Parts: sequence; C-alpha cells; structure tokens
Amino acid sequence: MTAPTLLLLCVLIPLLGGVFLALQGKSPNTRDTISLVTGVALFAAVLGLYPAVLAGESPLLILAEPIKGLPISLQVEPLGLLFATVASGLWILTTIYGMGYMRGNKETHQTRFFLCFAISIAAAMGIAFAGNLFTLFLFYEMLTICTYPLVTHKGNEDARRGGRIYLGILMFTSIGFLLFATLWTYNLAGTLDFRAGGILQDHVTPTTALILLTLFAFGTGKAALMPFHRWLPAAMVAPTPVSALLHAVAVVKAGVFTILKVTIYIFGIDLIAETGAGEIALWVATFTLTVASLVALTKNNLKARLAYSTIGQLSYVVVGAMLANAAGIIGATMQIAMHAMGKITLFFCAGAIYVATHKTDISDMRGLGYKMPFTFAAFFIGSISIIGLPPMGGSWAKWHLLLGSIEATQWIIVGALLLSSLLNIAYLIPVAARAFYMTPEQKAAPGPIAEAPMLCVVPLCITASGTLLLFIFGDALNHLVTLIPLRAELP
Amino acid sequence: MSNQLPAIVLLLTLLAAPLCSMMRNGDHAWKLAVSSAWLSVVAAFALLQQVWGGYEISYHMGGWPPPWGIEVRIDELSALVLVLVTLFGSIVLSALRESLRPIMRSHRHSLYYTTFLLCMASLIGITITGDAFNVFVFLEISSLSTYALIARGRDRRALTASFRYLIMGTIGATFILIAIGFIYMVTGTLNMADLAERLPAHADNRVVQASFAFFTIGIALKVAVFPLHYWLPNSYTYAPKATTAFLAATATKVSLYVMIRFVFDVYGIEFSFQQMQLGLLLVPLSIAGFLIASLTAVFQNDVKRLLAWSSVAQLSYMVLGLGLLNIDGLTASITHMFNHAMIKAGLFLALAAMIYRVESSKLSDLAGIGRTMPYTTAAFVILGLGLIGVPLTAGFVSKWYLISAALEKDWLWLAVLLIASSLMAVVYIGKIIDAAYFKPVSASHAQVKEVPPIILIPCWTFALLTIYFGIDTRLSAGLAGRVAQTLLGVGS
Amino acid sequence: MFTGLFNYWVVIIIMMSGLYVVMSSSNLIKKIIGLNIFQTAVFILFISMGKISGGTAPILAEGITAYSNPLPHVLILTAIVVGVATTALGLAIAVRVHEAYGSVDEIEIAAIDAADFDQETPAKPAEDTTS
Repeated sequence: MTAPTLLLLCVLIPLLGGVFLALQGKSPNTRDTISLVTGVALFAAVLGLYPAVLAGESPLLILAEPIKGLPISLQVEPLGLLFATVASGLWILTTIYGMGYMRGNKETHQTRFFLCFAISIAAAMGIAFAGNLFTLFLFYEMLTICTYPLVTHKGNEDARRGGRIYLGILMFTSIGFLLFATLWTYNLAGTLDFRAGGILQDHVTPTTALILLTLFAFGTGKAALMPFHRWLPAAMVAPTPVSALLHAVAVVKAGVFTILKVTIYIFGIDLIAETGAGEIALWVATFTLTVASLVALTKNNLKARLAYSTIGQLSYVVVGAMLANAAGIIGATMQIAMHAMGKITLFFCAGAIYVATHKTDISDMRGLGYKMPFTFAAFFIGSISIIGLPPMGGSWAKWHLLLGSIEATQWIIVGALLLSSLLNIAYLIPVAARAFYMTPEQKAAPGPIAEAPMLCVVPLCITASGTLLLFIFGDALNHLVTLIPLRAELP
Repeated sequence: MSNQLPAIVLLLTLLAAPLCSMMRNGDHAWKLAVSSAWLSVVAAFALLQQVWGGYEISYHMGGWPPPWGIEVRIDELSALVLVLVTLFGSIVLSALRESLRPIMRSHRHSLYYTTFLLCMASLIGITITGDAFNVFVFLEISSLSTYALIARGRDRRALTASFRYLIMGTIGATFILIAIGFIYMVTGTLNMADLAERLPAHADNRVVQASFAFFTIGIALKVAVFPLHYWLPNSYTYAPKATTAFLAATATKVSLYVMIRFVFDVYGIEFSFQQMQLGLLLVPLSIAGFLIASLTAVFQNDVKRLLAWSSVAQLSYMVLGLGLLNIDGLTASITHMFNHAMIKAGLFLALAAMIYRVESSKLSDLAGIGRTMPYTTAAFVILGLGLIGVPLTAGFVSKWYLISAALEKDWLWLAVLLIASSLMAVVYIGKIIDAAYFKPVSASHAQVKEVPPIILIPCWTFALLTIYFGIDTRLSAGLAGRVAQTLLGVGS
Repeated sequence: MFTGLFNYWVVIIIMMSGLYVVMSSSNLIKKIIGLNIFQTAVFILFISMGKISGGTAPILAEGITAYSNPLPHVLILTAIVVGVATTALGLAIAVRVHEAYGSVDEIEIAAIDAADFDQETPAKPAEDTTS
C-alpha cells in the first residue's frame, strides 16, 4: 500500500469503525470486538507510515479544495507521526480499558460513547497528519465538537455545566483567536502550508510576529494556557476513559501539537528567535506551569488534581516551543509522548480506583494500596515519569527542556522548571504514599486483594511499563525527533 | 428544446400558478405545484450547465432582437441565482402542504400554492430578464405575492407586518421605477446591456446621478440594508412558518442580485464606486447593521424573531462584501448569498417543524426539544453551525472569503469586528442548542412527537447541502470567484 | 424655467404630498391613498417624458413628422395595473386588520398589541424597539 493511501486510511479507519459500531450497537461483545479491531488496524496503518518518514519522505494527499489555494490535505512528517503513534497506540489500550470501565460501572448509552470516541480519534489523526494550517483547524474544531457529547455523557446537571464551559472556552478561543490568526497568516504569507523553516519569514515585522504568535498560543485553547485553562478541570466530569485518552492524550496534546506545528512550520524557530515573538507566550506558559502545580496541591479530588497537573505539564511543551532552539523543540516533542504515557497511566489508575471502590477523593485512599497493589504501583511509576526522574521516560523530556532553557540563557525558566518538578513531587507522590504507608481510618481487617476488573488493570500495567521502556529506548525516539526539519534546506 | 430553456424555466411556474388557482382540491394543486417547481429546477440546472465556465445565453422573447424586443440574458451569476430560487423554493414547497394543514382549510390551499408559485415565477423572471422595466414588473409581482403570503400568518400581527411591508416595499419599488424612468430619459433604452454601453457617456448628467440615488435607496429597502431593514423582523416572525423559509431564502437574495446587476453592470463600477462613492455608504451601514442586528438577535427569546434578526446581520455581510470592492469581497457576497439562502431556509424549515408540534417558537417552550424531536433538532444544529460559520459547513467558506477581503484591505479592525459578530452568532445559536438539549422538557410538551418525513426530509436536505457546500465549493465559491472577476473586470 | 418644466414641478409636488400622507397619517386607508398619490406622480413623470410638444400619436399619416414616444406610455399602463393591484391588496389587508383588531388606526393597533404582549409575558420589558 502506498503512503497516501495509508494516510487516508488513518482518518477513515476510525470513522468506518464508528459507523460499524453505530450499526451494530445491540450486542456489547460485537461492539467491543469492532472497537478493538479498528484500534489495531489504525495502529498498524500508522506504523505503516514509518518507512516512508524514516527515509525522509513526506507523502502528500489532497482531499478537496473548498477554498481556492487552500486544499484540505494530509501530509506526514515526523512530529505528526509521533503524535499519531501515541494517540493510536494508546487508543487500543483505552478501548480495552473502556470495556472494563463502562461495563464495571454499567454506564448507559455505550454505543453513542464508543461512536463519538471513534470520531474523536479520526479527528486527532486528521490533526496529526494535517497538510496545512487550514486542515488542522478543520479537524481541531471537529475534535472539539465530537468530544462534547463525551464530556456531557452522564447527562446530569454537573456534566452539563462542565460541557458548557468546555465548549464555551474552546469555541471562543478557536474562533476568536485561532481562526483570526490563521486568516491573518494567510493574508500575510499567501499560503498556509506547513513548510520547513516557516512561511512567515520576510512577511512580518517583529511586532506583528509577537501579536500573531500570542494569538496562536491563546487561540489554541486546547493547550490550556492560563487564563483559558478552565475547560480542562470542567471536562473531568466525563467518564474516566474519556479523561484518560482525550484529556491526557488526544485533545490536550492536539493543542500543544498545534502550537508546536505553528512554531516550527509556520513561523520557523529562527524567526521566533530573531524577533522574540515568543516572549509573551513563553512567560504565560512559565506562569501557568508554576501556578497550575500550586493549584494541584490544593485539590483533594484525584481527577481534579490530575487535571491541574496536566495543565502544568502542557505548559512545558509550550515553553519548549517558545524557547525556539533545537533542544527546546526536542524536549517539547518528547514531552508530548512522555507525558501522554505517564498521564494516561495515572488516569487509568484513578478510574480503576473508582470502579473498584467508588472513591474519588485522595483523602479517602489511605491504605488502599494493599487492596489494589498493582494499581497503586502503576500510579507510583506514572508519577515518577511525570515528575521527570530516571529511570522513567519523562526524564528525557525534562532534560532536553532544561538544556534548551540553559541554551537560551533563560535562568528564570530554568528555576521555574526545577521548582515545578519539586511541586510535582509534592502533589503526586503523597497519593501513592498514603495508599501504601498510611492505615485506613476504619480499622477494617486487611481484606484480600480487590483490584478492579482485569480489563482495567492490564492496560494500566502496560502503560506503566511503557514509561520505563520509553526511558530505555529514548534513543529511538530521539532519532525520530531529530528528523523534524527545523530549517528550510538550502537549495 | 434546449435553446428554448430560458423561456421554459420561467413559464413552468408562471403557467402552473393560474392552473393551481382553478383546482378545488388542495392536494392536487400541491402535486401540480411541486412537479412544476421541480421541473423548473431541472431546467435551471440545464441552463447552469450551458453557461458553466463563463458563457452567456441571450434569448429573444418572441424572436424580437434587442434592444427593441425583450431579451432574456443568462450568465453564470444569474444561473446560480436561478438554481438558488428554484431549488430552495422547490424544497420548501415540498414541505409546505403538511405545515399548512394547521392554519387553513384544505380547499384554500390551492390559492396559497398559486401565490407561492407566482412569487417563485416572478423571482425567476427578475433573475433572467435583460430588460430594466421587466425587473420592476417582476419585482412588484414578487412583492405583491409576498405580502399576501405573509398576511396568511396565524397571528393577527402578521396582518400589520404585511401591511407595513407593503407600504415600504411599494415605496422602494416606485423609487426603482423612477430610477428606471430617469435613465430611460437620458439613454432611450431599457435593455440592460444596451444601458451599460450608453450610460458611461452620461456619467456627469445630474439625471443619471439622481436615478442612481433613487435606485440605491429603493433596492436597499428590498435587500433590507440597515437601517432600511425595519420591515423584515416582523414579516419573518409572523409569516406562516414554512413561507418564512422560502422568503428568507429567496426574496432578499434576488434583490441583492438586482443590486449587483445594476451597480456593477448597468451603472458600471467606475460610476457607482468612484463617482458616486457607493462604498462609503455601504460599508459603514453594513458594519453597523451586522453588529446591531447580531447583538439584537442575542437578546431575543423567540426563535423566529432571533433568526429574523440574524438574517438582517447576514444580509449586511453580503452588502459589506459588495462595498469592499475586491475579488474576495465580491466572491464572499455571492457565495454567502447562496450559502445563507440554503442555511436560513433550512433553519426556518426546521423551526417550522418544531412549531408544527410545539405550536410556539418561544425558547422556553422549545426546552428539551432535542429529546422529543431528535432528528429535527439535529438538523437544526447542523444548520446552526453553518450559520455560525463552523469549518466544513458552507457558512465557513463565505465567512473566510469575507474576512480575507477585509484583511486584503489591511482593515484588521474589520476582521476583528466580523469575528466578534461570529461570536455573537455562537451565543445566539448556543442559546437555542442550550434550550434544546439541556433544559428539562416541560410537562405540557412531553408528548411531542417527531414530525412526519415529508417535513423532515426537506430539513435534512438543507442540512446535508450545508455540509456538502462546505467541502465541494465548485458551484458556490468557484463560480462566485469567476463572476467576481468578470464583474470587477480583472483577469479571467 | 418654471413653465418649461411645469410637468416636472407638478410631479415633485404631488410626489412629496403623497409621501407626506403615507408618513404622517396613522390611518391605514389614508396611507393607501397617500401611496396612490405618490405613484400617480411617477405615472405623470413617465407620461411627460414621452410627450413631444406638437407630436401626435405614433400612427403613420401624411404630413406628420413629430411623434410622441409611445413606449413610456405603454410602460405606465403596466405600472398602473401594478398600482391597482397594490391598492387592492393593501385595502384587502386593511379589511382583515379591521376584522382582527376592530380598528384601522396604526396607533390603536400598536396599543392593542402591546396590551396583548403584557398579558402573555408579564414583568418583561418591551420585545424590541422596532415593533
């Protein structure tokens, strides 16, 4: 199969899977089989794109051309491929986990749930492989809209309020800022293609570049820069598999991925470095990553704490992008993969705890570690990775980010990154520590092991070991990341 | 046969109208009306296919050559408007029978279809004629039938709304008549192509300038350019539901077409925009129009009125596109004319379906309708997204061109205002979606059922077309781009 | 000046009187009458412009060289028909208004509508400024 066909398949497989799901809704077993087969097929299709990318090609596929000069096109490049691999790979695990969770919790409307889920993944694939900013914007909006029913899945007052905030902020920022910035870029550069070295060179003054990049940074509401971060905690009303995949991997990563794409392929890091266009976004991101960690400390609800942790971790990516040097970009890209793996582990754990014990507050989890040893061990491993300590994958990302900020001689940011890591320790480690080292309030006899269903526990063990593997095989990842063309090749 | 098409497309509906009026049985009349309307759609597409690529058809009525005889002239722009009127009109007409049932006894239906067909025929006539006086006559026929259509609304306020529209409309049309009289005085011809050739020589003539002023005011009334939009909200609010869908889709759009024809072709760009500075008039008015109308729409509690105000805002976008006077702007205008016709017709039709069951269009009465009438509401949401201009819907394409046009002029502030107005659209459509899905169903409306397929299918046709024209824009934006180039006289 | 363009002065005067009646009277019937006067002015305008002093009807005959232009006159026949139709429709609506409201006075009708509105939704401000 040629690479363009594979590209198309990457978007079509989840969509078709979704349609089959909708048609086959009656029997849960058939439905789950379809989900799983779709997930594996998608992952295979994404992997099938590697040979071409490693050979340095970037296949292109034009789907339609609704506006002259602005086709809807798909194109592979290393950054997008990495994002697609992470999202599709973790989708398989989430599907397995979702079966356990949804059945364990006896949720309603499961067919709608899996259908929207499949469409969301298709949109994430579209974002990953978007050939120009216009296509990216299309899929970005599609992702917002089709994750909305997932957020409001429970259908109660809480879910609706969460959904309203979710849709409100994401739509407002994307139409108000992102669309505007996109149009402006098109007007300045005459194209929206993603090109190595950027398309805005020679078209902007430093002030315009500063305004434009700031618009992009805030416009990408999914990157959850403060003050547009409120949607992420609000979206935590969703069932945990949704929070896990979408709000730790697909949706939020789509946001920071967009920012990375824009810095690398629209502005070009040289332009940003020369004009200082990233200044505002850089400092807002630094502020966000510090403050979000502080807020996370105050949260007792586990998912809320994880949500604020995500906000903080996303800002690492933005910081990396705005540093506008090679180390920063590498760190940012790795952070996408590493954080995805780590955070999905933590969310899986939170869900597993909920399924097994119906507990959501951290203060209630004392001594739970003996009942659910695998879950909490995985939680501990995931935490280490998020904090960025060896021997977990997260350390590579943090390492490169620190290198990048030293290279840019931004000492305040070096300090902020270190401080934030300390705060990470302060809010993540106690969760596992309480579970293992503190006795529960009621002196119940230490019962037998009562883990969540196997379908929940196995995926989270896999992702936990994944963070370890990412550390060991960090080099392979590094190789892929260095393939990202940061500058236009000299003719 | 195929070279008689320009006459056929008009005559189909024009002849079906009196036939309908003679039928006592409403159902038979409906069948006749629907079949003639759909045949005219076929003819319209055949004509579009003939002119596709920038050709023109000139048809001489009765074999008299212009400028003595009446000429029918069809180019790509008129073919597009022709498709707009016939296609959207026919879709609405297909749903009309069912939604008329509650408001009048069935033996009266045939007269209503007659009026509807007359309106459609006259709109077709305006579109294809190449004779300035014919434009006036058809404009009056369409207006008269429109007044009658509106007056049949259930609420007695429909009568006052219709009367008010009659007064305003007649003054507007008479102004146009005066304008036509003036240019006839100067040039001695009524053929539009002939006029276009002769007028530039008289550009400094006061009579021609006065005629331009009369024409602009008259047609602005018909297009509902702010602040001459006064008649529109009430007319749309109180007219029978499905009729509003037809009027919102076609009447103002055809008036806009006349405006484009006269301003760009007959008077000529140089005269209109450089000598008479039309841009200075249209741009500020339309900006004020879309801001005020969008803002007013946000505060409405009646969905019909909300959509009517949104129409005023959207019409302002189209007029703004004209006023900007660049290719993107004009493309945006023409594309939006087509797209908005489709979207608004769909929205009003979906709303008509809701009113058909709920018997009210107040937001509070539509609470929870997403659960009782899921399919209608889903179509409404898709169309609503189109109205906002969400990507992959038709509305996005036209907004994109419009904002590009503003940026091309380096008017960043205008781009910001346009986006602000789109955000207001998010708010007012959001209000409806919020009520439909997130408010509990009130006890009195708990028994509401989905509408019959004969209404549902037209709604969904519009919804699917909205998505289709968001992806494949050869017919809308592609054609509009070519037309814009021709009208502005650059490249081709 | 005045005598040479006498017809056009008349047109302007009649037209303005008609418009004034439309705007100033609140009675629907009077509005229709005003509209009629206004349209009549336009008819005179058209007829005047087709007339050539000394010209006759455009029928070929011995010894006549100046003909009036018949086209404006023909056009205005059409316009008169349109005007009659408008008047008829306007009056018909006025009749219906009278049936529905018991009045043909715009101000009274507005008052009735406002009263209706207050009953439907108490404690809410006016619907919007245009109604």
